Amino acid sequence: MRNSAAPSNTNGELFGYNLPARHRSGAIWRMFFFAATIFGIIALSVLLWDVVNDSFGYTAFTYKVDPATLTTDGKPLDEATSEELIAILEKTLRPNRLNTLNDEKPLEQRTQDELYELVLAEIVQPKVVAVWGLADSLLRVGKIPTEASQIASQKNIDPATISIVFVNWLSRGFVASPQSSNALYAGVRTAIMGSLYIIFITILVAFPIGIGASIYLQEYAQDTPINRMIQTNINNLAGVPSIIYGMLGLTIFVRGLSPVTSGAVFGYLGADPNYGRTILSAGLTMALLVLPVIIINGQEAIKAVPNSLREAAFGVGASKWQTVWHHVLPNAIPGILTGTILSMSRAIGETAPLIIIGASTYITYNPDSVFSKFTTLPIQIYQWTSRPQDEFRAIAAAAIIVLLALLLALNAIAIVLRNRFSRRLI
Amino acid sequence: MKVSIKLETPKNPTQPMNITPEKSENGRCAIEAKNLSVYYSDFRAVKDVNLSVEVQKITAMIGPSGCGKSTVLRAFNRMNDLIPSAHAEGDVLFHGQNIYAPDVDPIQVRRRIGMVFQKPNPFPKSIYENIAWGARVNGFKGNKADMDALVEESLISAALWDEVKDKLQQSGLSLSGGQQQRLCIARAIAVKPDIVLMDEPCSALDPISTLKIEELMRELIKEYTIIIVTHNMQQAARVSDYTAFFTLDERRAGYLMEFGTATNIFTNPREKVTEDYITGRFG
Repeated sequence: MRNSAAPSNTNGELFGYNLPARHRSGAIWRMFFFAATIFGIIALSVLLWDVVNDSFGYTAFTYKVDPATLTTDGKPLDEATSEELIAILEKTLRPNRLNTLNDEKPLEQRTQDELYELVLAEIVQPKVVAVWGLADSLLRVGKIPTEASQIASQKNIDPATISIVFVNWLSRGFVASPQSSNALYAGVRTAIMGSLYIIFITILVAFPIGIGASIYLQEYAQDTPINRMIQTNINNLAGVPSIIYGMLGLTIFVRGLSPVTSGAVFGYLGADPNYGRTILSAGLTMALLVLPVIIINGQEAIKAVPNSLREAAFGVGASKWQTVWHHVLPNAIPGILTGTILSMSRAIGETAPLIIIGASTYITYNPDSVFSKFTTLPIQIYQWTSRPQDEFRAIAAAAIIVLLALLLALNAIAIVLRNRFSRRLI
Repeated sequence: MKVSIKLETPKNPTQPMNITPEKSENGRCAIEAKNLSVYYSDFRAVKDVNLSVEVQKITAMIGPSGCGKSTVLRAFNRMNDLIPSAHAEGDVLFHGQNIYAPDVDPIQVRRRIGMVFQKPNPFPKSIYENIAWGARVNGFKGNKADMDALVEESLISAALWDEVKDKLQQSGLSLSGGQQQRLCIARAIAVKPDIVLMDEPCSALDPISTLKIEELMRELIKEYTIIIVTHNMQQAARVSDYTAFFTLDERRAGYLMEFGTATNIFTNPREKVTEDYITGRFG
């Protein structure tokens, strides 16, 4: 009918000719859907660019000792050999400081990277004067020295002592270093470890309990008022703000179960008292937080398994449990894992409940057990963004990239697992 | 159990009657419904069905949509238990025992009374596993060779062996619709049931596959009793030994209108309604 130009009269008065109007409204809706997609893509790109922009760029430093004066033949300091670096340290540092360093770890046994950082921290002592983003560094590179001089004079620093270096804040050192009060040496290693530990406990606790509950509610529970009430409450719990779960975790796990979560009943004695503010408390709190989401997703996945499959299994005399275990669960697993991925992503990005239950913001050692005090990536990012200095903004941006990468890596693992399960079923 | 023969003409044809097969010279009763009513919540879907099915015969249930023939079929192996709101009243006697008695485990019932469904529903597993799983969950005691033999025997009985013997490890879902339905039949008979219930087994199949299944059913009754629900009157006339005609009363409850040999029902029905239905005047 699309090609017939004139309205057909065969149907009499009952049907009007409205095809152009229908096509028009269809086209308008299509444009709206397209615009919505474009808006989403733009928003995401801006976010990503903003983070990348802050993570790289020129930085103006002022040094206590100019690194160029330390090496003899004009070679850059970071290319100096271990022996040369040791020589510099021994020449410049006071003997008792040298002894202290040697007591920590003999200089000869340290790697070139470690020695280089030592020279920077002990002798060069760089200070950040100003930080530029990637956009400025690429597009307005000519104006940066002038701006640097202006900023230096405002801060009463001699502009002549300023050197401008392109800094990659997201360096290998950043990922591998522990927390530090100096942005130049600060890293996210302890935060990554904390996040991974907590996610591990969260999944370990929430996955089996969540799947168990969704199987019960979907396959076994009768349609009674009590079960309907439980169902409604689970649905509502999924929407409760995360900070409420933080309060719950504080009351139950940190305070109430303090002997357990601090490890005291297991005879665990940490370096300093943790008062139950441990990885275990955080993981359990996060498990509570994601449990409703996992249950609801699990129920949806189980609901989506065709009834004909259950009937087929019952039809050959299988019991309820055999039907669920051999047919319902394997077919629901891909959907269940999708829900788990979603909740894992939520848990790894949560900050508020962890602040409530007392995450430490300054932790320089790796968590060594579930009874360790902890910090996580979002906590670290939150803490760094609240600092006034530009360089902390830069490392916060770098930490966000690390967090996104970690999230992507964990999701990739989950998706590979899910696809493996799905393939086995065909 | 001997089946009594009743041939009295009902005074009020819309009222349910005790109807049993007219011919049963040496026939034994495989399963028998006595005053069976099935309710969905408060709605009485089927009322007072009295039906006795003869061993190693095909009994077809026909009737207009919504007359409860599928409900009755599913009541025979307690498949309705899976619907939370459904419950049955009356007795279904299987080997003289009421399968709705409190001490009867529905799993045991379904293991003895297998089922083939309207839409082919093989498990999303290999062809081999489709057959072997039922045996395994029911405590199959044999070794690997015994299982291989059982799979082969079941597939041969379902006239599928020649088509799939080289691809037993392929997914059951890779087969055509007709093959899938025969796989489902093979799966049902692999656990050695007494009765196989078939709920419109050919409604999703083409005529050639339908014909194959019908031939298969004639073969299967050498060992099994078959009860089939069908919307296809020709099919009921072709394959069934006995035919039960269901219809609806004014409150939309289904009941058994007439039951007899297929020949009688299709050539010389006792009731006017039956005749109207099978000749295509309504339904």
